[in-house]
Amino acid sequence: MTVSPELDRRFRDAAAAEGLLDVAYELHDTPVGELLVAVTDRGVCEIHYDAEPDAEAERLARIFGTRVLRSPRPTDEVRRQLDEYFAGKRQEFELDVDLGPAREFGRAVLEQLALVPYGELTTYGTLAERAGRPRAARAVGTIMNRNPVPIVLPCHRVVGSTGSLVGYAGGLDRKRTLLELEGALLA
Amino acid sequence: MMEVVSVPPFERFYEEQQEPVLAQLRSMLGRDAADDAFQETFLRALRAYPTLDHGRHLRAWALQIARNVALDVLRRTRATSADVPDLESVDEPLPYEELRRLTAELPEKERAAVFLRYGYDLSYEDIGTALGSSPEAARQAASSGVRRLRRKELS
Repeated sequence: MTVSPELDRRFRDAAAAEGLLDVAYELHDTPVGELLVAVTDRGVCEIHYDAEPDAEAERLARIFGTRVLRSPRPTDEVRRQLDEYFAGKRQEFELDVDLGPAREFGRAVLEQLALVPYGELTTYGTLAERAGRPRAARAVGTIMNRNPVPIVLPCHRVVGSTGSLVGYAGGLDRKRTLLELEGALLA
Repeated sequence: MMEVVSVPPFERFYEEQQEPVLAQLRSMLGRDAADDAFQETFLRALRAYPTLDHGRHLRAWALQIARNVALDVLRRTRATSADVPDLESVDEPLPYEELRRLTAELPEKERAAVFLRYGYDLSYEDIGTALGSSPEAARQAASSGVRRLRRKELS
């Protein structure tokens, strides 16, 4: 007894429309691969490269509550802005972000990260300094690595003090691709 | 100590229970009304989901909600004669065709029990919940259905 795509979609829409979800997510194709995009009613809470949806749903349920459902509509705005970004038509995201239970310093760092402009690079050390702990460059590296909403919070713009790319949760190729897209690196 | 089974993300619950729920709704309501009831069943489940404190017996829980939704629909339409599952109205994909053909001549209750047991691999506990009877009665309905089928085959 297969549930028709139409019936399935109607339920997924209705669940979101009635405000019954802790998290709605959808998979979205982009030039840097398929992304899992998840939102709560407070904002975008996760963008994940190479997501394994079952595992991500488990993780999101632990953080935000068990009512996690694949439901495209609530993620439409995020996905639209991502498309514009990848098409070179958007430099700033106008989205609320739900950082969930991020700790104090992590939150401060991510807030500083959000201020790094399109096409510009900064360093782990600079970000540590701006977040109030100048010697915490390594901790900033860890926070970047665990950034729940890459691209929207632009951890790809953070590089080592020598200018090396250092690392990226989605892989260095993607970091390079994003920076080239923004004109921050010579292609 | 009893094993703790945590409540899965709703996505997984929905994926795992949607087919048996739809099967039950169609058997109780027929195809068209089942579609509306399907949505209502999972919305009710979603509303109640945060109250679950473990992830056991989720199939029985889902089927119980589906049954309640279907009974509400039947009450509204006063079509109480449809209370007994009618598998004729179930529109099956191919894997179930054979079973459906085989069971077509069984009495309603036996047919539903055989179908849910062998077509959907439900436990007798779940089938009992689906049919509004005890697990034992569900088991008896299924086994007398199978006996009847065997007799038919022999004759």
